[in-house]
Amino acid sequence: MSKHLLRVENIYKSFGDNDVLRGISFHLDKGETKVIVGPSGTGKSTILSLINMLVPPDKGHIYLEDIDITRTRDVHKIRQNIGFVFQDFGLFNHLTAKGNVMIGLTKVKKMGKKEAEEIAMEELRRVGLENFADQYPAQLSGGQKQRVGIARALAMRPKLILFDEPTSALDPELTGEVLNVMRKLATEGMTMLIVTHEMGFARTVADELIFMEDGVILEQGLPEKLFTNPEHPRTREFLFKLTDLYNEGER
Amino acid sequence: MEGTLVTIKLASISLLLGFCLGLPMAFGQVYGNKVIRGIISVYERIARSIPLLVILFLIFYGLPAVGIRIPAFTSSILALGLRGAAYQSQIYRGAIQSVSGSQMRAALSLGMNRLTAFIYVILPQAVRAAIPPIGNEAAIVLKDTSTVYAIGVSELLRQGHYFISTGSDPMTIYLAVAFIYLVMTIFIKGLLALFERKYRIPGIGIEGES
Repeated sequence: MSKHLLRVENIYKSFGDNDVLRGISFHLDKGETKVIVGPSGTGKSTILSLINMLVPPDKGHIYLEDIDITRTRDVHKIRQNIGFVFQDFGLFNHLTAKGNVMIGLTKVKKMGKKEAEEIAMEELRRVGLENFADQYPAQLSGGQKQRVGIARALAMRPKLILFDEPTSALDPELTGEVLNVMRKLATEGMTMLIVTHEMGFARTVADELIFMEDGVILEQGLPEKLFTNPEHPRTREFLFKLTDLYNEGER
Repeated sequence: MEGTLVTIKLASISLLLGFCLGLPMAFGQVYGNKVIRGIISVYERIARSIPLLVILFLIFYGLPAVGIRIPAFTSSILALGLRGAAYQSQIYRGAIQSVSGSQMRAALSLGMNRLTAFIYVILPQAVRAAIPPIGNEAAIVLKDTSTVYAIGVSELLRQGHYFISTGSDPMTIYLAVAFIYLVMTIFIKGLLALFERKYRIPGIGIEGES
């Protein structure tokens, strides 16, 4: 029993011979924003897939509140509590922005159309897209698509939202609008677990930073500490290299 | 000409049969286990590798040898339908797979189960992807109905032949037959274009109009 919203305990996962995760543990409290950073291919996205129960772990447990979601049979029920924002947006192409936000409410929560529409409009307003409600995904820019993706996740009123490199598929000038929405959510007290390469964002928004490499967490703690005085030489190397690369990219 | 009617009947019933068999086959190929997928792909490979005329002869002349006797019209439907099922299954499989991946993932992440996700997310998009190739398939089946002439079903072509044997000019009759096929094919194409327009998703251009 604990008061953590999400507890990840000693997770192992391999795909074939590839040991992607080798003993991952961390937790997330209500209202907290944690950012996972690290080189590509170190299992960051796999963690999110595991939390969203898209793949089962080989070993270990994940608790949402006090339910062990790696052992539950009620997968669909639990997923309603966990929002997911995808790198490639994952918008339903045959539905308008509003339709995308509504479909989870009407088809999963069995909500009436009118009520669902109200919530959808409210969430679209929250991400600044109330004027684009009737546009189809193909008519939106990448940044707008991702904001619809966020609104869709928000509409389900999840306990936490997972972000899987939400800006990696965007042009640099469009990442800002998405990050601003996420920043706003963080200040509003949304619980978020974010995988990203946006170091400026990680540094300023994260309550805590998790640095991962080769399937293990090398270091976690306050972003300022990791950025200025990391304990692990690899953390230093990685963060310094990226901050150099993206210097001034984010403010 | 009632031959035209027979041709239309042949084409539409065998297309329907192809649909009824093809859609579940596509399902099996995308979502089924190894055994199901294996069986279906063997069937599909065989059905697509044998000439229609050979399938037709096998059913009409071959099966009576093992005691199964099927009338010519039904044999024709079976041959066209069984072969069509293989082709149609490929169309639906491709259409479903063209949307599946991340759309399914996104639907699941909202808490949908696979069936709900399939009905409300995958299918509406797959249908659109399937429209043009289905139009193609329909036109092919329509024209291939002329093959069943060989086992004596009096469809369009055979009836034309009949007119010639009673003294009409071959050129005129065959041109007339060709013209009727042409009209029917154009009609199918028009019908499909109508569907395509109706289900068009704004922003995803078909033929550049928007």
